[in-house]
Amino acid sequence: MKREILDRLLAAKAAAIPAALVTDLSSGLQTLVYEDTVHGGFGLEPDLLDEVRRRIRQDRSGLLVDPQDEDGFRLFVHVHNPAMRLLIVGAVHIAQALAPLAALTGYDVTVIDPRGSFATEARFPGVKLNHLWPDEALAELKPDVRTAVVTLTHDPKLDDPALIAALRSAAFYVGALGSKRTHALRLDRLRDEGLSEAEVKRIRGPVGLSIGAVTPAEIAISIMGQITCVRRGENHPC
Amino acid sequence: MNDTLMADNIVEQAAAWRAAGRRVALATVVSTWGSSPRPVGSQMAVDDRGSMAGSVSGGCIESAVAHEAAKTMEDGEPRVLSFGITNEMAWEVGLACGGQVQVYVEAVE
Repeated sequence: MKREILDRLLAAKAAAIPAALVTDLSSGLQTLVYEDTVHGGFGLEPDLLDEVRRRIRQDRSGLLVDPQDEDGFRLFVHVHNPAMRLLIVGAVHIAQALAPLAALTGYDVTVIDPRGSFATEARFPGVKLNHLWPDEALAELKPDVRTAVVTLTHDPKLDDPALIAALRSAAFYVGALGSKRTHALRLDRLRDEGLSEAEVKRIRGPVGLSIGAVTPAEIAISIMGQITCVRRGENHPC
Repeated sequence: MNDTLMADNIVEQAAAWRAAGRRVALATVVSTWGSSPRPVGSQMAVDDRGSMAGSVSGGCIESAVAHEAAKTMEDGEPRVLSFGITNEMAWEVGLACGGQVQVYVEAVE
């Protein structure tokens, strides 16, 4: 890998800019493809370039074979997308276990809680903290298809606005802590707020895989397991 | 937290080793068939002291890849390696990995 390509790739990753490194496996030449520009060692035909950008959007690395070329001209497309994000609403005990577990899984974690005594650096060392009210925080953080949102406060004043914002976003996972009874009451409130049946059904609640989790760490594992299942487990019940 | 456990930071590790003056090769899984243990795009960085970060299988082929990576560090030539991981081999290394993987190895300039 040429120094210039390496530096540009590192810069794109550091700035959370989606990019694909395209390698010609025969020559070792490499080109970096961004959503709007291209930079590097060889040019790509417009249709191949479109395909590379499709791969970026699909987050799908893999070989690209040029159908025009019978000699087996092979390109490898390595998609480097920004990290998946997890937005945790409620700087509670379970969040203290979930935040590092999610970071270990490769997620960019933000803990949202307007209550200053909960969301502290001492309780969440090295974790991004957001002290806005949850609906304002979500408006700022804009959950997309690579974002999961989990509410943990047990307090409708905090959880409900977050859930409403999350359900109206493209977030791929929305989970809410609370017992079956708590969850049924929550769904009633959200329906009263005007959310559709399809919208409220998107909430994973009670949150997490059913593994008999008891302690905060175990509950964090069940939540992270469910997020992983929704993301990866195409044919698995989550 | 141990940064080498975090997903998708092997290029950064390779760059850090390079910046420290070491020779570095980067191995990337470019295709898989069957039940290969690590997905396409998985990476391993290797330096000239034998340090390794990341993985390209569940531990089945890492030493073979590191061996080839040493050649790439030497001559600067990229290599495409193909491995068919047999069940017997998986048994030998004590891992439940099978399938086939193709790994691209390149020098980091």
